[in-house]
Amino acid sequence: MIRYLLRRFGLALLTIWAISMVAFLIIQLPPGDYITTYISRLGEAGTSTSEQQLAILREQYGLDQPLWVQYGKWMSLVLQGQFGLSLLYVRPVADVVGERLALTMVVSIAALAFTWILAIPIGIYSAVRQYSIGDYVFTIVGFIGLAVPSFLLALVLLYLSFVYFGANIGGLFSPEFEDAPWSVAKLMDLLGHLPIPALVLGSAGTAQLVRVLRANLLDELRKPYVTTARAKGLSEQVLISKYPVRVALNPFASTIGFVFPTIVSGSIIISTVLSLPTVGPVLLAALQAQDMFLAGAIVLLLGVMTVIGTFVSDLILAWLDPRVRRARAA
Amino acid sequence: MTQLLASLPGDDHDVAVTATGAALVETSGAEEQISVASQWRLMWWRFRKHKLALLGAIVVALFYVAALGADFFAYSNPYDSGSVRANVPPQPIYFFDNGEFGPFVYGLKRERDTATLKLIYTADPSVKIPLQFFAKGFEYDFLGIFPADVHIIGPVDGAAEETIYLLGTDIQGRDLWSRIMFGTRTSLTIGLAGVLLSLVLGVVLGGISGFFGGWVDTLIQRLIEIIRSVPVIPLWLGLTAAMPKDWDILLVYFFITIIISFIGWTELGRVVRGRFLALRHEDFVAAAELAGSSTRRIIFVHMLPLLTSHIIAATTLALPVMIISETSLSFLGLGLRIPAISWGTLLHDAQNVQALAITPWLLIVAIPVIVAILAFNLFGDGLRDAADPYA
Repeated sequence: MIRYLLRRFGLALLTIWAISMVAFLIIQLPPGDYITTYISRLGEAGTSTSEQQLAILREQYGLDQPLWVQYGKWMSLVLQGQFGLSLLYVRPVADVVGERLALTMVVSIAALAFTWILAIPIGIYSAVRQYSIGDYVFTIVGFIGLAVPSFLLALVLLYLSFVYFGANIGGLFSPEFEDAPWSVAKLMDLLGHLPIPALVLGSAGTAQLVRVLRANLLDELRKPYVTTARAKGLSEQVLISKYPVRVALNPFASTIGFVFPTIVSGSIIISTVLSLPTVGPVLLAALQAQDMFLAGAIVLLLGVMTVIGTFVSDLILAWLDPRVRRARAA
Repeated sequence: MTQLLASLPGDDHDVAVTATGAALVETSGAEEQISVASQWRLMWWRFRKHKLALLGAIVVALFYVAALGADFFAYSNPYDSGSVRANVPPQPIYFFDNGEFGPFVYGLKRERDTATLKLIYTADPSVKIPLQFFAKGFEYDFLGIFPADVHIIGPVDGAAEETIYLLGTDIQGRDLWSRIMFGTRTSLTIGLAGVLLSLVLGVVLGGISGFFGGWVDTLIQRLIEIIRSVPVIPLWLGLTAAMPKDWDILLVYFFITIIISFIGWTELGRVVRGRFLALRHEDFVAAAELAGSSTRRIIFVHMLPLLTSHIIAATTLALPVMIISETSLSFLGLGLRIPAISWGTLLHDAQNVQALAITPWLLIVAIPVIVAILAFNLFGDGLRDAADPYA
């Protein structure tokens, strides 16, 4: 168990390191160093910067030193929670991103919850009633769900609600709550707005998980122990929910690791279509304005968030499946 | 012997499989037929049973026909704009005139809404414009080589741009049908280079991982796990945006596929590794080793051919992922940029809901996107099931 967790933890750290390299690369790629860009931006905005300030910035980011030194300096600043200044918003990156990152997390977890709540019963139904009309309907809907890119689904829903109800289903808050401080009413408002983004984000994952669960459960149902239990007179409902479903659910937990990054990825696109106040629209704006400090920070933070999510799912898997807990590292 | 086989109903393998209880003569003949059939023939038999996969294959083929002959199937020049025909709603083509075959479209009546000053187009039943198949239109190079100006349909005289609006026009008066045809070409080919690169990466890295095992295997498997646990879309966005803005569209296009493929190879890598691990301990590999074959020869001559079908299936399933990637990136304005025409850039025009309420036909582009992805998935699923006919 401990060995497994240590291995997973090491892998998580390694992943975060890889992501930080890419984030640094994104910051470095555009021509010119970012202090030069910074000066020209501030100049455009009408603020002048003193030579002294620039010298401090240069020193802070080690711009006249080799790349790996720059990376080290950037990382050590990041570890202290200093992500630099956003050129686009002329505010510290942490201020711009803070609440939006939390909301990204909320939307992603809601989508994951939606995926599970829908996929488990449908998967069980489809396997137990294989080749029934319901099974066929779910299979077809699932295939279509897989084929519709999430942003298209969002766009179509948005269009339909606009044309038929005259309502805008986008956003996470009603206008009156948008800038209001957090309160119970605001929380309820958020919960009321969550289903649409969760549905849009979770649709492809749901279709995928239904297929996985159905296939796993079908394999289990054919095993002799099921026949034995049936012969001993166990009621069908107790039998299925107590034994094969539990076994079939295991691969479920292990797929969270792959489903979660996809959901976080998808939320970036969905958010711009549904105008959700997550990091998605900010990332897009930052990239279009070549505000690479902001963009690099968001990529890094999203990556770290995903890795943490995946690690938590590993913990759940270890808790759920004794085979994972006791397995020796190969 | 060959004559006996030839006299058997070559296509009736369903009988062959299920006929174990039937007449003895027929059974033995049918079994014979199965036991001598090549691997590819067995795969085809199994694939054919999967009706949806067959349908998917046909649809995919049709899409590529459309992609190859995009300029023939497009009746209007997709770049030709005109303010007098901006935002024309779709107008049907009629094929029968009073019970006789003779394609035509109605002329358009333009009126200005006195309140909003918007142009309103209505069909004018008193004006019939005759059409003909294989009409002359804008000039292009068929398959990029042969100069041509024939299009699938067009007006008997006059320009198609000013008469046919099968799926309507966009705000610049460019014909949507023709643009979708050109978009099909871009969106279906942009993935190919990327898939090819993923294929090479997946086969080489997956193969090394499965064949040699040990620490190399561990290293590559960890690499795959890392790549898979990274949220890819923010990364692509970052990398594509970091590319210089003054680059040629084609160069950007090419780099996007490369970036996508660096992430796309992992699935194939896992499949190939699994198969290599399984094959590694087969007798024929040991035999080849004892006979003194080089490692390279064992991998490429003895093992890889056994994986071909799996690789083809995995590649087919990788293509729709590429299509979704291109469409999403371009939709956000970070993939292909105008003047390039792709499904993604066309959908980019449909991004604004208020605008969409006025020109809902711009959403039609979603249909080929969804149908193509669905067809590729069904086709790939069928291939994957058929990939191992001995299972």
